Amino acid sequence: MMAEAGLAALWFAAALAALQLVMAAIGLRASAGSSTPTVRVDDEKDTAGSVMAAVRPVAIVQGLIVAVAMVMLIGVFLQSDMSVRLVVENSHSAKPWLYKFAGAWGNHEGSMLLWVTILGLAGGAVAVLERRLDERTLIATLGAQAGIALGFYAFLLLSSNPFDRISPAPRDGLGLNPLLQDPGLAFHPPTLYIGYVGISVAFSFAVGALITRDVGPAFARAMRPWVLGAWIFLTLGITAGSYWAYYELGWGGWWFWDPVENASLMPWLAATALLHSVTVLATRDGLRAWTVMLAVVAFSMSMIGTFLVRSGILTSVHAFAVDPRRGAFILALLAIYIGGALVLFAARVGTVRAGNVFDFVSREGALVANNLLLSVILGVVLIGTLYPIVAAGFGVQLSIGAPFFDKTVGPIALFLVAIMGAGPLMRWRRDQGQAVVARMMWPIAATCFAAAGLFVFASIGILPFLGLSLAAGLAVASVAPLWGRNLRRTPLFTYGMVVAHLGIAVSLAGMASDSAFTRETLVAARVGQPIKAGPYVITLDGIRPVVGQNWSALEAQLSATRGESTIVLHPQSRFFANPVTTTNESAILTTWDGQLYTVLGQSDTEGRWQLRLWWKPYVTLIWLGGALIALGGALSLVGRWRRERRSAHRQEAWA
Amino acid sequence: MKAKHQRLTLALLALAAVVGAGLLALSALKDQAAFFYSPSDALRDNPEPGKAVRLGGMVAADSVRRAADGITVRFAVTDGKATTPVMFAGIVPDLFRERSGVVAEGHFNADHSFTATNLLAKHDEKYMPPEVAGAMHETKTLAP
Repeated sequence: MMAEAGLAALWFAAALAALQLVMAAIGLRASAGSSTPTVRVDDEKDTAGSVMAAVRPVAIVQGLIVAVAMVMLIGVFLQSDMSVRLVVENSHSAKPWLYKFAGAWGNHEGSMLLWVTILGLAGGAVAVLERRLDERTLIATLGAQAGIALGFYAFLLLSSNPFDRISPAPRDGLGLNPLLQDPGLAFHPPTLYIGYVGISVAFSFAVGALITRDVGPAFARAMRPWVLGAWIFLTLGITAGSYWAYYELGWGGWWFWDPVENASLMPWLAATALLHSVTVLATRDGLRAWTVMLAVVAFSMSMIGTFLVRSGILTSVHAFAVDPRRGAFILALLAIYIGGALVLFAARVGTVRAGNVFDFVSREGALVANNLLLSVILGVVLIGTLYPIVAAGFGVQLSIGAPFFDKTVGPIALFLVAIMGAGPLMRWRRDQGQAVVARMMWPIAATCFAAAGLFVFASIGILPFLGLSLAAGLAVASVAPLWGRNLRRTPLFTYGMVVAHLGIAVSLAGMASDSAFTRETLVAARVGQPIKAGPYVITLDGIRPVVGQNWSALEAQLSATRGESTIVLHPQSRFFANPVTTTNESAILTTWDGQLYTVLGQSDTEGRWQLRLWWKPYVTLIWLGGALIALGGALSLVGRWRRERRSAHRQEAWA
Repeated sequence: MKAKHQRLTLALLALAAVVGAGLLALSALKDQAAFFYSPSDALRDNPEPGKAVRLGGMVAADSVRRAADGITVRFAVTDGKATTPVMFAGIVPDLFRERSGVVAEGHFNADHSFTATNLLAKHDEKYMPPEVAGAMHETKTLAP
């Protein structure tokens, strides 16, 4: 019954989305008509008013009902209902509880259902929370949101029904890909989806503002929390995904420039640009058309990301099933939404009045430079990601990997970091170049000092060298806005900016340190034979079999000695029966100055075991930085919210 | 500066950024794209030694040999028509086995052998790299 209830809820939610779209359109048309004087003004206004008033509740109910469908899907997975095809194909009754739960979205259909569920709930949240925006713009926003949701409902119901039954029901399921059987599965997809969907809300706001010709600071202030929220979740999702890939895949790398990773990086880059330009629009009323365009671009990137990951065009753990019909469906949605948004933008951009002007040496100027450089990086990543797919269409098979991205993205990103240090130290509207340089004295000194130190004591590649030097400068520059200020009266969102920028410096230092100082050791080790890896001496004490809930494994015992202390590590080679797979479970020792990463390989005829050992100094800074960036975003969000609540109170007090 | 002028400047800057990104990407693509070869492609096209490329196909039956150091693996990749000898030092992926699909990243040597720096095998039983599926579609019947 649960599956049928879920399917019914899904159809019902789709119908409500259609209703929401139609009502928003009727309401907007009628209220637009009422502004021209006619005889029956009152009548029309009433109809428009009552239709528009109903849009909010419909959006809320739609969100709740689609959530019911998601709960039903989780239900059939938890019950291991083997008469549901999706459960059969992706689950197994002997799987641990957590992976039954998270396994509901560890497959194509379930993950698309999670997508629309979050979309529906976000639409409901907009309807409940948003009170400051002009009512017509809000209705247009909710209409756009329903339009997006409708496409995905159609996709689910017509080509990816998650509640399909299978008859006769098999005795048990095929199991979940063991690479996905990790606590990360419970966390990583929902976070990224919240990020993607948050961007779609920002996009809906932009569409709404274009439709009602209302692009201005009020719209920017309504959109900003959604952009910020989406950006926080994207940051967390990417950081978590990177760490998951790092420890799960056993390759010792944290970013592979895999198209699927790029699919999450591109919306993040666009959202980062949007985040900065929306601040200019909200506080300085500049960059109006620009901000709207960025919202369109950011949404396009999250759609392209969904397309790349969900269409099966790419090969990766993320591409669950290869079905060309589904790919064509998502491609059609992509074309309709992006094409429609661009047409709307082109048609209405003329009505967006130019905002305030500013000098090029100013905070706005630095933010424009930030936006341009982020756009260039975005363009390069987009071309590098799509080129192999386009080439495959012409019968040429090639792949674009780290060498391409390092060579192109690396230098631009470092340039961006340099501007990032200067931006927050510049004044709004107009500033003096010399004064900025004077304010930048300490960061520049830190950069030079780090560069000189590295030059003398370490011989490393040019990119890590520049990366570490600039990270030192940026770390100083990012806390510089707090100098000479009363720390208790500094607004929370300023702390947010400081923390987020500091996070970039920390993360950059980790990346550069990892690529400059990592030491890899690959040996076939006998039991008892000491091996040197970085500051550690490692001995293989022995191998023993162990058994888990749905796997068995060979487990090595390694003693890692550094100075006086010895720590024991247990890397495993795991065998899963459903489906039949072997995975490497790396064992990682984290210390304050880096990580020791150990992987167990195969044995040979002489009784030796392959071991792959990495010493990675300060590699943890990469993810620590990512967490700081997200924390900075959260501080800004809370800070903005508190300020707006306070100013709302003040207005009430005045009235 | 007038608002109109500023708008025009910004639009031009944005255009320049987009064009710049395109040019930069295309120039880097020329020497950084790793082309994909099947063993018979490699025999026909004779790829430049030392250039980063990918080699894909099936691990030939009874071809996997482990060297005395316990780390180096030699095997042959076949597409049914031609065979390329491959050398790889490292831990082979979990799903690497004879008569199974593999994509090797690395470079060709002057003697037409291949030195792999990384091996990619099937992620799970359902999945076949499309590169391999493409190169193998005529020889699929060889698969067990």
